[in-house]
Amino acid sequence: MPFFFYAFAAIAVIGAICLICFRNPVNSAISMVASFLGLAALFIGLNAYFVGIIQILVYAGAIMVLFLFIIMLLDLKAVERRQRANPLFLLGGIVIPLIFIIQLCAILPQVPNQDSEPLALKEAAKDFYDKDRKPGEQSEIHQSLEKGSLPDVHLVGLTMFGHKGDNSTIKTPGYNFPLQIIGVLLLVATVGVVALSLKKRDSLPENSEH
Amino acid sequence: MASLQEYLFISGLLFAIGLAGVLVRRNIIVIFMCLELMLSSANLTLVAFSRFNTGTSGLPDYNGQVLVFFIITVAAAEVAVGLAIIVALYRARQTVNVEDLTSMKG
Repeated sequence: MPFFFYAFAAIAVIGAICLICFRNPVNSAISMVASFLGLAALFIGLNAYFVGIIQILVYAGAIMVLFLFIIMLLDLKAVERRQRANPLFLLGGIVIPLIFIIQLCAILPQVPNQDSEPLALKEAAKDFYDKDRKPGEQSEIHQSLEKGSLPDVHLVGLTMFGHKGDNSTIKTPGYNFPLQIIGVLLLVATVGVVALSLKKRDSLPENSEH
Repeated sequence: MASLQEYLFISGLLFAIGLAGVLVRRNIIVIFMCLELMLSSANLTLVAFSRFNTGTSGLPDYNGQVLVFFIITVAAAEVAVGLAIIVALYRARQTVNVEDLTSMKG
């Protein structure tokens, strides 16, 4: 198991280093996809299957395709003839992250250095047992936990939308209101993108039809 | 299974690499990609804490993973708006190099 952790952590870190080292933005975008795939594998290694798949679908899929689309739309080849950056920026870019890493190494020994406990799936299944239902009609969560598999998506959904009854050990404040705020944020972002991409009316030629 | 320390170190390393990219690179699109990397490394911290905080129930703490879900949503909205701003900028100035964008310099 630690072998997979080190392999995927290496993919994530090497992809990130390639992201800032390649001069061509297309190469940077591709190495960023590699970095995100390594990160998604780390999520899956942490039993967060839903978040791992979302990471691949949204980040490595949608967002990076958007980046590649914009890079190719703007046709950035001509910008690459630049000479080296200001050495002061280079120095700051190396020293400040280095200070951050040193601080991290100073604080990390206070974190317990032990492997995570294995998930107690069979024990957790008892908490999801509903006395009002027949044994064959228990919830999906109870059935999967009984079989020894983690119903990751169901538990995320339960945490997000809250639950009724007192037979559950998942403590959640309920995220219905934040979810609606996120929906409004996405709507505002969509409207904002459309407003930003519109050409101004007075920049059009005079003889264009209105 | 690796320890919490190692996960937090990888997360911090990715964050530092992203920070270095933001400071060193001059291409605004690559700077934006490095910002995404920093957001994503914060997600790794949240998921690691969620997995290692099993508590009494024996299951991971799913509140952390819900927060990751919200962060990914906000990042997607941010990318859409940011890339639209970059396209508008490129239309106005014909450049994506931050050293050429000095009109707000004091």
